[in-house]
Amino acid sequence: MNEFIQHLINGLGQGSIYALIALGYTMVFGILQLINFAHSDVYMVGAFAGYYASGVFGLSNHPGFVSLGIAMITSMIVCGLLGFTIERLAYRPLRKSPRINVLITAIGVSLLLEYGGQIVFGSDPKFFPTLYSSNGSLQIGELRINAIQLMVFVISILLMFVLRTIIYKTKMGRAMRAVSHSHETAALMGISVDKTISFTFILGSALAGAAGVLVGLTYPKIDPLMGVMFGLKAFVAAVVGGIGNVFGAVIGAMILGVAETLVVGYWASTYRDALAFAILILILLFKPAGLFGKNRTEKV
Amino acid sequence: MNRFGIRGLLPFVLGSLLIFGISYLISGNMNPYYYSILIYAGINITLAVSLQLVNGITGQFSMGHAGFMAVGAYTSSYFSTILGTDIQNLVTSFGIPQFLFMPIFFATVLYLGGLSAAVLGYIVGLPSLRLKGDYLAIVTLGFGEITRVIILNINTVGAARGLPGIPQWTNFGWVYSVALICILTVRRIVNSTHGRALLAIREDEIAAEAMGVRTTHYKVNSFMIGAFFAGISGGLFAHFLTYINPAVFDFNRSFEIIIMVVLGGMGSIPGAVLAAVFLTVLKEMLRPLQEITKVDLRMVIYSLMLIILMLTRPNGLLGSKKNE
Repeated sequence: MNEFIQHLINGLGQGSIYALIALGYTMVFGILQLINFAHSDVYMVGAFAGYYASGVFGLSNHPGFVSLGIAMITSMIVCGLLGFTIERLAYRPLRKSPRINVLITAIGVSLLLEYGGQIVFGSDPKFFPTLYSSNGSLQIGELRINAIQLMVFVISILLMFVLRTIIYKTKMGRAMRAVSHSHETAALMGISVDKTISFTFILGSALAGAAGVLVGLTYPKIDPLMGVMFGLKAFVAAVVGGIGNVFGAVIGAMILGVAETLVVGYWASTYRDALAFAILILILLFKPAGLFGKNRTEKV
Repeated sequence: MNRFGIRGLLPFVLGSLLIFGISYLISGNMNPYYYSILIYAGINITLAVSLQLVNGITGQFSMGHAGFMAVGAYTSSYFSTILGTDIQNLVTSFGIPQFLFMPIFFATVLYLGGLSAAVLGYIVGLPSLRLKGDYLAIVTLGFGEITRVIILNINTVGAARGLPGIPQWTNFGWVYSVALICILTVRRIVNSTHGRALLAIREDEIAAEAMGVRTTHYKVNSFMIGAFFAGISGGLFAHFLTYINPAVFDFNRSFEIIIMVVLGGMGSIPGAVLAAVFLTVLKEMLRPLQEITKVDLRMVIYSLMLIILMLTRPNGLLGSKKNE
């Protein structure tokens, strides 16, 4: 039983990082009906931004909350700008094209970041500096909660609350929700659709940047292809929760994180990567709108 | 059109003659490196044209072609390598000479590879073709990955170690015969009632359904035919390389085939053929550059090509113009 709860805790920790990335997917899908394949690579760039920021500012010499904060903010700014640029250069010119063209472009951007990243960052893995050193862990009975795990979890939840506030309590958030319903109607109501979409990309990418740093803390080996699998799983999480639904993305990510650690814990780690896709296929077959999504039928 | 007349057979006869002519000319006196490029180009032509049927002509964006290729490669190699000597002993005990046995056996294992890929195509196709666009893309990608992971866990075919010692039976004649059959099949399909239905589905699925086109039936069919040829080219690939492992069939390979289809132009068969040849040669031309930079420069160029193509010429180089 204790072992099971331990797996559960590890799974939630894993899930909270998936959630940060899944949120970006779900927001962009909600507003553009586009799977932003490049999102997983924005997260990779986020990890590298944190890596270089700690090099430039010498953050690893003073591990602690301040250093971590600086690395995360730098990474969020870099990723926000990257997300903005991608939307502006690659997706906006295709706003009126068939969806398949936009999808192909998204795959192109994703591959460009992955392999361009190998040129810029080098293809060999780098070791993420310890920005927050703590060997301490919370001990409850026989259960162990790693301090870093706990912190990643807390920061993720905190960022999700910030996001929630932005979406539901601010004017920009209201604009985002309006645009996701209908571009035309939102435009008629005086909302600048382009600006809102840009803002959505910046917000989602900034979260991915934060996730990059948090993953760097948990699994210190980073390389330009690290986003591929992780991003696909985060996407699966978004679909499980019902794509376009912010709350669903978080729940979906938690489910996926827990399911993965259970499979690795009780079965075989080699099946880990197939699990996400198996879940995805099952969900899409039996409940295509996801757990919390609204069913939309296509009308002529 | 007289389907069984002499004129209908003409492209096949001419193509076969051409293939046998060329294979006679190049036999034995060709640089092995150029020869291997020629073989890969042929395999890629089959892959690109078969994916064109699914992605370009039926308009179902599949991203799992490498999975079908893997199934074909592993099934055919399983029969030819692991069961090969047993079957060979059994057959030669009936007094069938060796030189006659090999081509028939190879054709059979290739066919079995294609068939098993088609079965997977059916399994993937039937449920997932209820989905559209982006969802279908990601589910086919998922199926491709699951296929790879399952093979990775089957010990009889070597799991992650790969499967070595596959007989090298693939040659120019085999590869280009298959490519020819694939091209002619897809072309025939497009110009038939069946093909009209596929094009109707691509243009507007709801309208096609309203006109009485059995959309699921046609979509699954085109999926299976595409998978069949992908499976056969997987078999050819395995019997040329003599060694396969699951990592060869990851989703980068699927992307590679998609890029051929997109570059050639969605729906264009000549486009797919040209793009397959062009990208195979480009890959080899970039190889020296790659050894200097230590980076897969090919993928950077591919990805830039995809983006620029979509922004400036979304129909591909030879794609058909759509009436908006």
